[in-house]
Amino acid sequence: MSRHTLSVLVENKPGILARVAALFSRRGFNIDSLAVGTTEHPEISRMTIVVNVEELPLEQVTKQLNKLVNVLKIVELDTSSSVQRELVLIKVRADAETRSQVLETVQLFRAKVVDVAPDAVTVEATGNRDKLEALIRMLEPFGIKELVQSGMVAIGRGARSITDRSLRALDRSA
Amino acid sequence: MTTEQMTGAQALIRALENVGVDTVFGIPGGAILPAYDPLFDSQKVRHILVRHEQGAGHAAQGYAMATGKVGVCMATSGPGATNLVTPISDAYMDSVPIVAITGQVSSAAIGTDAFQEADIVGITMPITKHNFLVTDARDIGRTIAEAFHIAATGRPGPVLVDIAKDALQATFEFSWPEPMQLPGYRPVTRPHSKQVREAARLLSQARRPVLYVGGGVIKAGAAAELKVLAELTGAPVVTTLMAKGALPDSHPLHMGMPGMHGNVGAVGALQRSDLLVALGARFDDRVTGRLDSFAPDAKVVHADIDPAEISKNRHADVPIVGDAREVIADLIVAVQAEHEAGRRGDYAAWWKQLNAWRETYPLGYDRPADGSLSPQYVIEQIGRMAGPDAYYVAGVGQHQMWAAQFIKYERPGAFLNSGGAGTMGYAVPAAMGAKVGAPDAQVWAIDGDGCFQMTNQELATCAIEGIPVKIAVINNGNLGMVRQWQTLFYNERYSNTNLHSTRIPDFVKLAEAYGCVGLRCERAEDVEETIRKAMEINDAPVVIDFVVHQDAMVWPMVAAGTSNDDIKIARDLAPDWEHGD
Repeated sequence: MSRHTLSVLVENKPGILARVAALFSRRGFNIDSLAVGTTEHPEISRMTIVVNVEELPLEQVTKQLNKLVNVLKIVELDTSSSVQRELVLIKVRADAETRSQVLETVQLFRAKVVDVAPDAVTVEATGNRDKLEALIRMLEPFGIKELVQSGMVAIGRGARSITDRSLRALDRSA
Repeated sequence: MTTEQMTGAQALIRALENVGVDTVFGIPGGAILPAYDPLFDSQKVRHILVRHEQGAGHAAQGYAMATGKVGVCMATSGPGATNLVTPISDAYMDSVPIVAITGQVSSAAIGTDAFQEADIVGITMPITKHNFLVTDARDIGRTIAEAFHIAATGRPGPVLVDIAKDALQATFEFSWPEPMQLPGYRPVTRPHSKQVREAARLLSQARRPVLYVGGGVIKAGAAAELKVLAELTGAPVVTTLMAKGALPDSHPLHMGMPGMHGNVGAVGALQRSDLLVALGARFDDRVTGRLDSFAPDAKVVHADIDPAEISKNRHADVPIVGDAREVIADLIVAVQAEHEAGRRGDYAAWWKQLNAWRETYPLGYDRPADGSLSPQYVIEQIGRMAGPDAYYVAGVGQHQMWAAQFIKYERPGAFLNSGGAGTMGYAVPAAMGAKVGAPDAQVWAIDGDGCFQMTNQELATCAIEGIPVKIAVINNGNLGMVRQWQTLFYNERYSNTNLHSTRIPDFVKLAEAYGCVGLRCERAEDVEETIRKAMEINDAPVVIDFVVHQDAMVWPMVAAGTSNDDIKIARDLAPDWEHGD
């Protein structure tokens, strides 16, 4: 198994998230993470889907996704030619005794403290999965009280945009 | 473009007229009621009032299969809509173009668990090609145009349009045509020429090729092209359950039907092949048997209009995305070019083997020793007497397989059945729809007594609406196919398969109660006369209760999950593959 990041451009219409989720569950594909939001074009939404599959099932995933009428375009982004980021918020136990150690770790990872209480701090960090996993590992000994992660978002490196051509298709049909 | 002030309901009926709908099968109810008022006045659309929404759905399928047009069914919200789920799923599995129109509760009530509310768009999401929820009257015309376009183009399939009651009631400025907004829908029909040339090259090099033809060839209207291609290459052809008649059964290049109940020649051809040219077929498990031992030596050319079918079950060495008719037309040209360049496949040794299988293992059946009626004989006689111009519509089970095996299909589209979904109860309503679509043709339902009892309420529709179908109930009193599996795999323990339908109900009386003619036949010597009598009646539906032997089995058989190589021609009897070498 290997992880693949798919950028899926979809029409910004109600129900499209349900269609994608239903497709994954019906075909027995596993989603590692999913993030969705609008793009620079209000009529297009972009989903970043991370799937953990072999090469052949991945081909099925993209072909089946392509059959959804509201899906405009699918691009696989590989780690070397794209920027991939997740966001994590971590509430860590930190009292007078351990706070300085926690803050040191936070600084080491260029993370931020976004909330402080007498016996805990809340840390915000962004980065790729490896970095965030390392941060979580380092904070674990202090006691993680709560943890929330966003889905991954990713964008290709360089000047080219994957939305341009899809927008033209949208214009043509309007 | 014309504009006119009207209600959403009027717009719906006008849009249906504008896209060419002449028949709608349905039942009114609360949420769809506004649509039924203008429908009452339509001069172009005939509404056929069915007795159960499932009947409307299968009738729309039968109509679509017989006409090549999009079939239409209509139902109200909640239970009306959910009763359409089975036919929608059936149409999805067999790629039948239908549009289902359902009423929905008013948009303000959606999500409140209102009376007769069901999330039919959510429910049918995995079994439709696409579906729509319309809550604004101004979207109705465009959505109907889009729904029919999606259902009919590319790989055909069911589309559901759910319309909120307030959208049907609202008044607005209707304009037609409305441009479609489907930027993400671009089916590929033109095949890639390089791939087609590669397929032709492989055909020249192959020694044991097979054209593996599926339902896509029927849907694409490519039977004429297929015949040319087959004769040009001289390659054997097998036609799946969904492709019966794509090449006439009488054609010398036709090796028959492959699959779980295929004939030895067709199954053997696939297994020993060195090149499969799959045309509009999808390597279904009922054809391949255990996948890892399916056609082990074959390279695969796979042409399909749905890219997701290619390499889904079996890796394709040469993938071709395109409409079967265009693919085959291009393939003909490419093969001709190969021939002109002096390259032509030599299949003489292959045909020697194929002919040996064909001669040694023809399809056949034994007459019951006790003199009771043989179901295969009944079905064979119907096929012989009604002939190749009739439509044959089967339910699901033993009778379906016998209808595939013992009726000779000479034209595409003459055999309708529920292949992928295996929906018992398909036959009566689908035959009704086919007869509406092809009123001058003879339409025979070949049904089982189990299937028949699932949807026979549509006999009332047939009698009242003047749809004189003929229904042969192959009555063995049992869920025959399930019983066959119990005989073979469950030690003859017949758990819950005996329906006692040779006693209850009395199908002749049932037919008469529904305003149909009821006939009964229990002896071989009466079969011809009974069929003749049925064929002479053209002003009423006819139901014939053929009381047949309960232990007849469908052979050959590849047991589920086993290899095609382990096909049995009778219980514990395997063919000798090397015979004739």
